[in-house]
Amino acid sequence: MNILVCISKTPDTTAKIAFTEGNTKFDENGVQWIINPYDEWYSLVRAIEIKEKDPTTNIHLITVGGPEAEPIIRKALALGGDEAIRVNSNSNDSYVIAQQIAAIAKQGAYDLIMTGKETIDYNSACIGSMLSAILDLPYVSLANHLEVNGNTATIQREIEGGEETNEVILPMIISCQKGMAEQRIPNMRGIMAARTKPLKVVDPVATNAHTSIKEFSLPPAKTGVKLIAPDQMEELVKLLKEEAKVI
Amino acid sequence: MVLIYIDHSEKEIKKSSHEAISYGAAIAKQLGCSAEALLLGTVNDDLTTLGKLGASKVHQLNNESLNNFDAKVHASLIATTASNLNAEVIVFAHNINGKAIAPSVAVKLDAGIVTGACSLPSLQNGFEVTKTVFSGKAFASIKIETPKKVIAINQNSFGIQNYDSSATIEEMNLPIPTASVKVTNVNKIIGEIPLTEANLVVSGGRGLKGPENWGILLDLAKALGAATACSRPVSDSDWRPHHEHVGQTGIQIAPNLYIAIGISGAIQHLAGVNRSKTIVVINKDPEAPFFKAADYGVVGDAFEVVPAFTAAILKMKHNE
Repeated sequence: MNILVCISKTPDTTAKIAFTEGNTKFDENGVQWIINPYDEWYSLVRAIEIKEKDPTTNIHLITVGGPEAEPIIRKALALGGDEAIRVNSNSNDSYVIAQQIAAIAKQGAYDLIMTGKETIDYNSACIGSMLSAILDLPYVSLANHLEVNGNTATIQREIEGGEETNEVILPMIISCQKGMAEQRIPNMRGIMAARTKPLKVVDPVATNAHTSIKEFSLPPAKTGVKLIAPDQMEELVKLLKEEAKVI
Repeated sequence: MVLIYIDHSEKEIKKSSHEAISYGAAIAKQLGCSAEALLLGTVNDDLTTLGKLGASKVHQLNNESLNNFDAKVHASLIATTASNLNAEVIVFAHNINGKAIAPSVAVKLDAGIVTGACSLPSLQNGFEVTKTVFSGKAFASIKIETPKKVIAINQNSFGIQNYDSSATIEEMNLPIPTASVKVTNVNKIIGEIPLTEANLVVSGGRGLKGPENWGILLDLAKALGAATACSRPVSDSDWRPHHEHVGQTGIQIAPNLYIAIGISGAIQHLAGVNRSKTIVVINKDPEAPFFKAADYGVVGDAFEVVPAFTAAILKMKHNE
């Protein structure tokens, strides 16, 4: 089986969020970069588990980003990808990124294309769904369980207030979230092996962006917490009812 | 024309779609065009009442097979309908199914898309929509450069508007593509309010010390009619089920009221709840970082404060 795992580089979950150049660019000063947690913990690790059960599985990794994305993709290789492709584009338009991934996907006979449910920077949750339209493949999103048997995938996906089980004939696209797998830490052997695994850099295909970021802003600071004494719970209820008007 | 996709489950239109209709109607007003809704499948709701939310017409593809959600099939039918009706803007709720199909529809229509939108478009300089980014820690204003636009609106960010009007229903006839997904089982947790749809949420952290102490939290949730949630350490320790985990890597929610009990307020937890309208923090540590993000705070022992809070709620409800 051939799996293509989409890897995105995002700021660390504790990174300070600030902007530069007249609030048009994310301030990367001092930011630690990580693999988008949904791509790593859930999507990539599940792909590795599938390979551990069936060693004939090939795991290819793809990232769309500049040279600064290479430490991230090497880490993903250290966890267990077989080879990686970096499309040399710094676009932050989901459509452009999806077109780059689709162009690579068309060249390989992938049974499964896996993404995280969204990235933790732009939170757009677009890539999987866009790939489904571009490649004309079935798509199941927000999956928390995946088993593959022959050419059939059995997937559990989140629905409001519960879960649904889906069966899909491969090839397909799946977006992964919590429950799918557990976080792993690369071991020394993996880190050594990753140094010599193939990492191919390709030029992007020409695509026009559909959107552009005009300005970032930060939410207004909370005006300050109103403290209520522990023995004044009727006062708290009154505030929630009459001031906040939420109950 | 603005076309709004209506999401439904178990024959009921989702609350997030009610909000999407009102949001779409407000955009239609800005553009001086009509707001019409699209329903794939069948529901028990009286569709003419969607006029009250702002839809002048409901296009319905009345076919039971569409009650099973299949992203590929649904996206294809929505895109075809949007083309046939020449819709300029297509609106979705940024909920579970909306996330699965809105980007596909955008690709099929060659439309730019903004997901996680939290405001009406600004038309002063083209078509710009503000969305939440960095897990609710910031906003970005995104310009859509294409003639057609797709917007998925964050839940609980626009609200429901009331119109004194009624919608007409127009049945459609479209060939339905072959299903790509077979739904083999649906497992709904009966009697629980889905977290993402809940107006009120009561959430617990490690400060509650163990799963055996959750009774006080459940009593408060019951008194309020609230859904229950928890922090990551709690679900990682299996004190509570994983689907209750809210935070950066769990579920992101935006209820009207979020009550955090014994949760310190790590940045990753805040990323999941910072879009809540009102936040109440109950913690015995006055230095807990969560107090900085809270509207109301109680510094005290949860095991005393929470039962007193519950009693006060019940007393208020009794007097109503």
